[in-house]
This record gives sequence, structure tokens and C-alpha cells, in this order.
Amino acid sequence: MNAPTNLNESQVPAQLRERLVVIGNGMAGCRAVEEILARDAGRFDITIFGAEPRVNYNRIMLSPVLAGEKAFDDIVINPMAWYEDNAITLVSGDPVVSIDRATQTVVAKSGRVEPYDRLLIATGSDPFIIPVPGKDLEGVVTFRDLDDVDKMLAAAEAGQQNGGGHAVVIGGGLLGLEAAHGLNLRGMTVTVIHLMPTLMERQLDEAAGWLLKAELERRGQQILTGANTKEIIGKDGKVAGVRLEDGREIPADIVVMAVGIRPATGLAKSAGLEVERGIMVDDHMVTSDPAVLAVGECVQHRGACYGLVAPLWDMCRALADAACGVPSGYEGSVTSTKLKVSGIDLFSAGDFSGGDGAEDIVMRDAARGVYKRVVVKDDRLVGAVLYGDTADGSWYFDLLKKGEDVSSIREALIFGQAFASGGALADPNAAVAALSDDAEICGCNGVTKGKVVDTIKAGACSLDAVRATCKASASCGSCTGLVESLLALTLGDEVQQGARTLCKCTSFGHDDVRRLIREKSLKALPQVFQELHWSTPEGCASCRPALNYYLLCEWPGEYEDDQRSRFVNERMHANIQKDGTYSVVPRMWGGLTNPRELRAIADVVEKFNAPMVKVTGGQRLDIFGIKKEDLPAVWADLNAAGMVSGHAYGKSLRTVKTCVGSEWCRFGTQDSTGLGVKLERMTWGSWMPHKFKIAVSGCPRNCAEATIKDFGVVCVDSGYELHVGGNGGIHVRATDLLCKVSTEQEAMDVCAAFVQLYREQAWYLERTAPWIERVGLEYVKKALLDSEQSVPVLAARFRYSQQFMQDDPWAERAAGKHAELHQHLAEVRPLQLETL
Amino acid sequence: MIGDWLDIGPVDQIAPGTARTLPVRGGEEIAVFHTTHGEFFALVNKCPHKHGPLSQGIVHGTVVTCPLHSWNISLKTGEAQGEDKGCVPTIPLRVDAGRIYLLRSAVVGAKAPEPQAA
Repeated sequence: MNAPTNLNESQVPAQLRERLVVIGNGMAGCRAVEEILARDAGRFDITIFGAEPRVNYNRIMLSPVLAGEKAFDDIVINPMAWYEDNAITLVSGDPVVSIDRATQTVVAKSGRVEPYDRLLIATGSDPFIIPVPGKDLEGVVTFRDLDDVDKMLAAAEAGQQNGGGHAVVIGGGLLGLEAAHGLNLRGMTVTVIHLMPTLMERQLDEAAGWLLKAELERRGQQILTGANTKEIIGKDGKVAGVRLEDGREIPADIVVMAVGIRPATGLAKSAGLEVERGIMVDDHMVTSDPAVLAVGECVQHRGACYGLVAPLWDMCRALADAACGVPSGYEGSVTSTKLKVSGIDLFSAGDFSGGDGAEDIVMRDAARGVYKRVVVKDDRLVGAVLYGDTADGSWYFDLLKKGEDVSSIREALIFGQAFASGGALADPNAAVAALSDDAEICGCNGVTKGKVVDTIKAGACSLDAVRATCKASASCGSCTGLVESLLALTLGDEVQQGARTLCKCTSFGHDDVRRLIREKSLKALPQVFQELHWSTPEGCASCRPALNYYLLCEWPGEYEDDQRSRFVNERMHANIQKDGTYSVVPRMWGGLTNPRELRAIADVVEKFNAPMVKVTGGQRLDIFGIKKEDLPAVWADLNAAGMVSGHAYGKSLRTVKTCVGSEWCRFGTQDSTGLGVKLERMTWGSWMPHKFKIAVSGCPRNCAEATIKDFGVVCVDSGYELHVGGNGGIHVRATDLLCKVSTEQEAMDVCAAFVQLYREQAWYLERTAPWIERVGLEYVKKALLDSEQSVPVLAARFRYSQQFMQDDPWAERAAGKHAELHQHLAEVRPLQLETL
Repeated sequence: MIGDWLDIGPVDQIAPGTARTLPVRGGEEIAVFHTTHGEFFALVNKCPHKHGPLSQGIVHGTVVTCPLHSWNISLKTGEAQGEDKGCVPTIPLRVDAGRIYLLRSAVVGAKAPEPQAA
């Protein structure tokens, strides 16, 4: 990469040359010098100061050095001979400590004073050190220069002698993951601690971040996302481990801090140059002092600071053009990222945060572990994320930089350059039409194009019908587009729309999604998105809550509830009202209460100035007008009187309404109140596809209105009639009689089994009434009553699930869990606005 | 620069994919959003439709779905998406060295639009 031999050297006598002093012997400083030499080698008398005691090397190749794929000599850009050949004075290992702009001199640490006519600041950036206790311990390093690499290698070597060492990398960004990869290859047990839930969140979206995490874990790294470092633990002045905010401790022989960089602006700032985040420069890399230039990661240009290498080259060209008298101007850079971890193909460029007018095109191939997403806005490509197959990265990057109109190839854009440039093939239908009859369409089920076409000709007129008949696209769904093309080619306008899909993000219906979650053992939202080929990067407000429920229902005790996928009421455990306040309904088992509970409710109403209290239709009390920040305190007071959440806000068991039954009523046939309390104790806390109400009436007069509830019990002399599928809402529906049993225990068991059948089979947001209308009462009866095993098996699954559900969510919040959901960030007062 | 921008604290106080609120005495409460992609946005915490608290909605991409009637509001522009019409003011925001700053004049000056009739 040496500068080419110079052809147009100025004929300036040496003593009259301008003195150019460069602060920084790194990639930017030396590249700027190379560019100047290439234009006019005799123009300047050049002195370069470097803090590191070595020649100029390629800093971004430190990762391969750490990984053992390259040696230091391989990454040297300019050897000593280059400095000598170009008559450059290199002052290495002696950093500049001050700039005096008045006398136009710089002073180095050793006391050396160097006068300049033009000064170039290329100090790069400093690693950001998080201010936690223990950050200064021996063994805490950054990943910036060769000395850092040497320290890591020493730790790995020491570890090998003791049977493997432990390394902790704080920061799951580009640099941190490359450090982790290198240390892993060097035989260390590596843990990556990342504050955000997604690795490399600046470059990747959630979907790609999840794939990357899964791959790194497969390689034996432990990846802790959403993990906040509290302190670095030391022993005898040396690092011994890392403690997280949640109390976890991870042993460590070395800790690498790679949480980010910030422009190194200290020198410029104390010299009085204009500095914001970086040193302010114009399009010719000139600072607020015309005699002082700046370039690289230390500068801020048109509001942007760069931490990648590509913009340096553009900046250095503009700088050299201007310094040599032919100003061209730098206009900022579009950047792209590749992760230098062997075997992982990952590319990202541009803006893929979505937003107005931006349209996502997503392609997933679960079998190959591929995720591709391009973002198109105003017919231009504005962003791309590729995982698993980055062959088209440079093509997308080129389209993006040039801002070319992509409307003509839009349909085929996601399939890459080869496909999109194929003329007629850019029409996906034409591409499918060109396939031979024995071409495989569905890899999962081994279905050829000929077979799919025959199936369609034999009467399968919709996607669902094709899936049901020949199984094409019924497994992972990645060939859905191909099957749809075949439908369109074979039938034209005759194609019938199939069953309702879960939402616009997928071609699968609810039943298929639930079946595939079970069959493929999918246990996380990003995994569902990837394996079922979701067409959006992170789902929408319709599918996220549905999938969260399906996962929760399928994997009780295993799946961790995702608060971000919850509707507000379920996230806040209270009912939002039109003014943004909440109402709170404590549970009253079977509608029973006592003086202690009533006093506690009265006290809460007064203490928190609740403007209204109302008796609900479900035999409870509803306290209105509570602010979100007061909710935990309200719950603490209610908890203290023995009350728990009433789940009046949830797709869950709401109330069990009862009448007084045989204990008081002259007509009562059984203890309906007691049974109601038992049913509520059994079912409370369970999440369901929709809200679920139960009632128990003590006689056929049915004072508890059991025949418009999801599950209703009507007591009779000889036992209990069990009713299902009632609804008192928009479409009033009386229950269907499911069966009659003779004991309380049987009634409880059938209730548990029915609830579980509904939980496992209904669609999200489908009440029991429309569910039964859809599947038919006979189906429900058959599923519950045909075999003697059905009720016990379903009831056992319900009871197993319930052991994870019956922790009072209010008690957790009152104890401080998820406090961030309730507290404001701060309050802004006028005084603060004036003075801060 | 310090004078124009109001420091409202570190970025890690808002988990990605969520929002938190900033009441302004004598002014409109502000919702500060953090997307799963790591971007931050600030809007007046009132849906242009019926003044629902946007901070309590589900965030997907750079859109929040209002908790009251499921209007989708762009975090970038404050505009209602799709068939719905309306716009809520946004507050210029920047992130610097791990802290969030709001444009001071916009914090005090923000006005919510009148709620829409049924």
C-alpha cells in the first residue's frame, strides 16, 4: 500500500517547504500523508508523532492477529523504509501533549518542541471505559492496539498452562465479538456480556442478531444479552471475575472492555479548537483554525462521527486535494459492516430501521440459516442486512451508494444480483414458469413442480388446499412464494384466498403456527420469525402478542414471557382508561369478601384519591383513576390485606361468579359458593387465548348467570351440569351443555380439562363461544369425553402449567420488579429548563 | 450547545423496544422511545386520535401502536399511519456519549393537537 512513485514533485528548495506536523501515526494520519505524497511529494517537510512505539500498521487487522490467523509483520502498512525514503521524521513512543496555536508549535511528552506551518490532527478514538468499580484492576484491557493484543495473548497462554483460562468480554459489538472469537480460538472459555438484548444492535436487527447469537453459542461462547455489569471483582489487585447487576458472577482471568469508542478530542479541545462530539471540520478537513487540519475517527463532519475504516479513505483524499491546492471536498460516507469472524457471513449497510415510506423485503431460509432483509424507500435501496449468505452484499452496497431506482427489479431484488439482473427472470412468475416439471419446489416434503401443478389441476385452488393435499410449503413455508406463483400460473384469477392467516407478517394460519411451534420445538420469538419465514423483521402488534401466548402455552416453565409483546393492560397488570390512568380490581374469591379487605380497599381509595369505586359485573370492586406510578404502592397495600391480582385486565381467567347456594339459600342444591372459590383457586393466573369467565349457580334458577359464561356450573339435586361456550357480549350466546357429573371433584377436573383444551386449540383473541361455533360442540365433546383418559390427561397438563402461573404479579411489582414500567424518567420543571 | 439541549439521563434507563415518560410541569408529557434497533425518539405522549398514552403501546420497528384504539403512529414523524389521519409533535433528540438529550425549546413548547371527535 506504499505511495506510488511521485511524478510531479514541487521544485521547492527544502528550507522553504512548509512544515507539516502530523499527530497520530495510525491509519488516518499515514494515509493522509500517502495521499499528499502522491500528489506533491516535495511540498511539505513532514514530521509524524505516534504514541505507540512502532511503525504504522493496519489496526483493523488486529482481530486476525489475536485469532492467530496473521502475524504483526503481516499487518504493517508502512515499514521504517517508507519513512526514510520519503524523508519523514517519525517520532514514535512520544505522544504530543499540547498544541500552542499562537506560536504554531506542538510539545511532546519528552519535552520536544516542533514548529509547524500546517498541523494535522489524526488522534483517532479512545476506547470507552465503563465507570464500574474494578475498572483499573490488572487484567482489565481494551482492544485498541497491539499492546492490548499482547496482553490478551499472555492471558490465554497463562490459561493454557492452568488447563484453560476464563475471559469475559464486555460489549457485544463488532470489536467485542472479534475479541471473543480470538480468545475462544486461543483456548479460553469466553463469556460475552452485552447490555442490549441484541448483539451488534447498531448493525443488525433483532432477527440477524438472534442468528448470530445462536451460532456463537454453538461454538461454545456464552452470550449474556440484556446483562448489565455492576463491578469487576479483584483478588490481590488482579481481576478475578465480573459481577452483574442481577447478582450473577462470572469468573475471569482477563476482562476485555469493548463497549465503544469516542473521538480522541482532548488535545484539540485544550488547544481551543471547536469541538462537539468530534473535532469540527469542513468539507476539506480544515478545523476552526485554518492552519490546523484533522482527519479520521477524531473528527465530526456534517454532524457525523465515523468509527469504521472506509470513510477515512474518502476523507484523506479530500484533505490531500485541498492541502495541495486542488480542493475537491468530502461529502460524508455511507458505511457498511462485515464481521471478521471466520465462518460467519454477516453484512449490514445503510439504514434499516424502517419507518415512514420504508418497505421491508425479507427472505428467510431456515434450512440454510439465511436471513436477508433489504429496505426500499422512494424506489431506492436504503439499507440491507444479510446473514448466512453475503454474496450480494457488495451489489446491494453499490445500489445503495449510487441511489439507483430499483423499481424495475423490485420483485426480484431480495434474490440477489444474478436473479434480478436476469431480464425476464426478474418476474418471479416467469422464473417459476421456466422451471422443469421435475424441479423440486418443496425441499421439506420433496414435492416437485409437476406434482404441485397436478394437485392444483385436480382441484386444490388455494394455498391451504395445496398444503393439505400434497404438503408443498406446509412445513417451513419458505417455498410459499413459489407455490403461490404456481397457483397464479395454473389458475389465473381463479385462485382462492385461503383461511385467515395469523397476520399480514405470515402466510400461515393460527393452527399451522401452533403446530409448527410444537413440531419444530420453537421456543423464542426470533426463532419463530426465522424458522417460519416471517415476512417482517420483528413482527407486528397483532402477531407478537399471539406468538407470545402460543409460546407461553406450549412451553410452560421454559418460555420467558416477553413484556414487549404484551398489550398495555397485561404489561401493567391493570386496566388502562381513556385518560391514561388505570383501574385496579383485586381478586375476591368467588365474590366473597370480608371487613379486612373492604377496609384495605377503602384506605387505598382515600390514600390515592381514587375518584370512583364501582361494583363490577363479576362480583368485585373496581378502583378507578390510579396513576401508573402509584400502582405498585396500591398493590403493596392490597397485598398487605391478603388480596392478589384479579386479572381483570388479562386474556386470562377473570372471575368466578357465584350465588350463595345451599349454605344460605332455601332453594340451593349444592355449595355453589364453595365450589366457585375452589374453581377460582384452581384456575386463577392462567393465560388464555382470550378472557375467560366462570360462574357457579346453586340451582336451575341460575342467579349467577352461569349459562352466559365460558364455563358454567348449574347445581342440581343429583350433581352438577357443566355448560360451555356462553357469552354475554356483543353476540349473546347461551352455553351448550357439555355433560353432567355427580361430584365436585369431577366438575373441577372437567373444568381444568376444558380450559386446557381451549388454551391449546383456540386462536388467539377467540373467545370460547366463536371457538365452539367454529370447531363444533361435537368436536369438543369428543375431545373431552370419548376417552376416559382425555379429562385426566388435559387436566394434568393444565395443573402442570398452573404451577408456573400462580405467582401474584402484583406482589412482584410491589417488591420492585419492572420498576421502570411505572416510574417516569424524571420530571421537567420550568426552573430546570432555565438553568440546566 | 449545553444550553440548547436538556440531558434526560443515560440510554440504558430505557430498555430496547419500550418507552418511558417525562412529565413537563406546565407542559405536555413526553414519551421517549428506544427501538429494538437502538434508535431513540421523543414524542408528545398523546395519540392524535383520543390522546391515548403512546408510551404504553407496543413498539414494532419505528412504529408504536396506541393502547387505546390501535392507531399506528410513526416514531420518526409523529404521523398516523395507514388510513388514519393525524399527527403528534416530535421532540428533537440526540444521543451523545451514552446520554439522551432533548431540544430544550421543543420540550417546553410542545402542544398536543385537539383530540378528534368520534
